[in-house]
Amino acid sequence: MIDHPPEAVVIGASAGAIEALSRILPLLPSDFKIPILVVVHVPPDKRSALTDLFEAKCRITVLEVEDKEPLRPGTVYFAPPDYHLLVEDNDRLALSSEEPVLFSRPSIDVLFDSAADVWGERLIGIILTGANQDGSHGLRAVGAAGGTTIVQDPNEASAPAMPEAAIAATPTATVMSLNEIAAYLLRI
Amino acid sequence: MTDTFEKIEDIEIRLLLQALYDRYHYDFRNYAMASIKRRLRQARERMGFATISAIQERVLHDPAMLPQLLGYLTVQVSEMFRDPNYFRAIREHVVPHLRTYPSLKVWIAGCSAGEELYSMVILFREEGLEERTIFYATDINQDALHAAETGIYDLDRLKVFTENHRKSNGKSSLSDYYSSGYARASFDKSLRQNVVFSDHSLVTDAVFGEMHLISCRNVMIYFDRVLQDRSVGLFKDSLVRKGFLGIGSKESLRFSEHAPAFDDFVREEKIYQRAAR
Repeated sequence: MIDHPPEAVVIGASAGAIEALSRILPLLPSDFKIPILVVVHVPPDKRSALTDLFEAKCRITVLEVEDKEPLRPGTVYFAPPDYHLLVEDNDRLALSSEEPVLFSRPSIDVLFDSAADVWGERLIGIILTGANQDGSHGLRAVGAAGGTTIVQDPNEASAPAMPEAAIAATPTATVMSLNEIAAYLLRI
Repeated sequence: MTDTFEKIEDIEIRLLLQALYDRYHYDFRNYAMASIKRRLRQARERMGFATISAIQERVLHDPAMLPQLLGYLTVQVSEMFRDPNYFRAIREHVVPHLRTYPSLKVWIAGCSAGEELYSMVILFREEGLEERTIFYATDINQDALHAAETGIYDLDRLKVFTENHRKSNGKSSLSDYYSSGYARASFDKSLRQNVVFSDHSLVTDAVFGEMHLISCRNVMIYFDRVLQDRSVGLFKDSLVRKGFLGIGSKESLRFSEHAPAFDDFVREEKIYQRAAR
């Protein structure tokens, strides 16, 4: 399925995200070869508890991103509440407080677009459960740049709207269950 | 990327930023690329150009288009008392130190439309420090500076401003400082009596005074690391010994070459103190 060794994974999720991510991230080994960047829609005024939650569950390193954070393998990077997360170049992440996109900041589209620019065919984009349309545009950009596109099976998603919209925007995306996604990541 | 050729769009962006600098001395060449790219794509779409090169052709020959383009290139998103805990920390931890100085200079760097400035002036008035303070409010965007000098905001934003002010442990009511009409809130001109508004660029301009407090939040996130280092160096050289620097809650001096010149002061609110060494 992949012709080029992947350099990063981007994941977008909204309603039901914690449960879905809990079936993927804790399975990954601490020496996982590439970085994983995650946007989850979280309320803007709260300190995000995502990092603490997954730090406790995961062997892989879990961080909330600060501006110009260096990218390292074996690390999960969560977008902080109220900021967009972007990939600045091969080595670094950047944040932005530009206006929300589709009412979301962080926005899945913004992350996926910038990651597709930097990594092209060496990127894996994954859309999970969610109750809105964010991520459709971004996943299409990942596919257009030659990257691998994966969507959680809407039939098992706790909120199917986001995966359904992503499949509509990228009909060539591979539809997988959470177990299959985890198994897939373990094989790369 | 394994491509040895630069993507066409990247070439176009590099050339446009060079043109803006050569022609108008606005220097975005060291801005963070991912965000600049996003905003130039937005500008291209909304301004109806087919390519980014076409924007360059037009703006080189037509200075009237410059303000509109600058509007896209500079991000103007803020609130009064944004991140109330930051202002609360200034009030509880920084103000007691500032009280020990007979006169004070405060620099709001990248003041945009003034939200951060008015927040700070109101806080200083509440704490009885306003009269001994000169505030410098600087930005590169003339339209934004003009908006800051005018101090008028859409009334529907005041609900959030008021709530933020309250959460910052404000000692007065925000409504004491503005009058409203025609869906606008106009902030009292007395708040500007100790404020100097000035066109200043963190990219190209130099130190202009000895500051006791510099607040520069979510400005440097749009810079690349070279430019961040330049700005933090400028702040370092502008601060009195043991002066304070506040940056955005998700910004960090960790990655700066000037990090050793600063100590954490209120760590979780990203307030640093210029080291005495």
